[in-house]
Amino acid sequence: MASLKDIKTRIGSTKKTKQITKAMEMVSAAKLNRAQSNAEAFQPYTDKIREVVSSIAAGTEDVSHPMLKEREQVKKTGYIVITSDRGLCGAYNSGLLRETMKLINERHKSTDEYGLIVIGRVGRDFFKKRNMPIFQEIIGLPDQPDYTDIKSIASTTVEMFDDELFDEVYIHYNHFVSAISQRVTESKLLPLTSIGEEAEASAPKLDYIYEPDAETILEQLLPHYAESLIFGALLDGKASEFGARMSAMRSATDNADSRIGELTLKYNRARQAAITQEINEIVGGAAAQS
Amino acid sequence: MKTMQTNVVTPDGSVYSGETEMVSVKTPDGELGIMPSHLPLVTPLAIGAIRIKKDSKVELIAVSGGFMEVRPDEVNILAESAERPSEIDITRARAAKERAQRRLDEAKRDNIDFKRAELALKRAINRLEVSESKI
Repeated sequence: MASLKDIKTRIGSTKKTKQITKAMEMVSAAKLNRAQSNAEAFQPYTDKIREVVSSIAAGTEDVSHPMLKEREQVKKTGYIVITSDRGLCGAYNSGLLRETMKLINERHKSTDEYGLIVIGRVGRDFFKKRNMPIFQEIIGLPDQPDYTDIKSIASTTVEMFDDELFDEVYIHYNHFVSAISQRVTESKLLPLTSIGEEAEASAPKLDYIYEPDAETILEQLLPHYAESLIFGALLDGKASEFGARMSAMRSATDNADSRIGELTLKYNRARQAAITQEINEIVGGAAAQS
Repeated sequence: MKTMQTNVVTPDGSVYSGETEMVSVKTPDGELGIMPSHLPLVTPLAIGAIRIKKDSKVELIAVSGGFMEVRPDEVNILAESAERPSEIDITRARAAKERAQRRLDEAKRDNIDFKRAELALKRAINRLEVSESKI
């Protein structure tokens, strides 16, 4: 049985761990708030581009763009995987990476058939260790990323699709459902087929004048739109990261609490046993003397 | 006087939102002025300044490319970055200008770096001009 001093030391160290996890929980809660408001501030931008693009696609029939069309043969698929730089956020990274690995193994036979674009240190290390083809990586993004932080990786990815290096691009990230729930999500980034479908469903609302013409505008607008979708997924992923970290730290704090309770009980029992034993020894000693 | 709702939005949030009397922008083909009840229009924007006129006062916003969507009672400007004069970091813009000029001197024409440096120079000059409200 552990000595009284041992138990006391363990209570002390558990208390200190609890303080740290508690602080991390609160920090994550504050960051989550900011990440959520960033994601909200960004929303109007994509919504507006989407609206304009789908109204162009709906209003003009003969306009087509390679980014809107499904390619007949998919030779190579790109995956953008958004992970965090640091751990201590529960199943945030492991769940996402497991799902990505599963999908890649199902879909592809060799490493020639896909390429990875990884955001976040955890994901990069994971794929590097498995010798998977990483085309681009970015680590050390700030907690509140700006559009400029992601701009170069986003535009290179879109260019890779344009150059037919990739025939499809998927994006894997944790979608923010609520502070305690994140869902691993795969969405198809390129080609932008969903816009075409949406355009067919909704009749054009306004008859726009396109200056200089619809095709030029599509050419400039679509890469922007694809880039902004990547940024949107990143913001969503960041919010999820803080949510996941917050709930992971909250359960760590709760666990520390119950551990402290158990240890205190153990400590008191041991203390009482020691006292009882001492009394017994004194009584026994007195009885022997008389 | 008739007004229209004007919004300037970037991926990092809204920069301007309010009722205005006139908006003038720079497109790749030249300057364009929009007043209320304009026909619906979509056009790309060049690196330049947006001038927003409200209560006979003119406000400047520096934009680095983007789009403008016009409706009869609404103007939406979507830009990769947009800053009001007070938000512009002048020292940073100056440094960017010098850096870009240096690169232009070093790089050969018609390679990608040259184009990048040229764009960076344009953005920096635009920021500086807007911050000094020269336009």
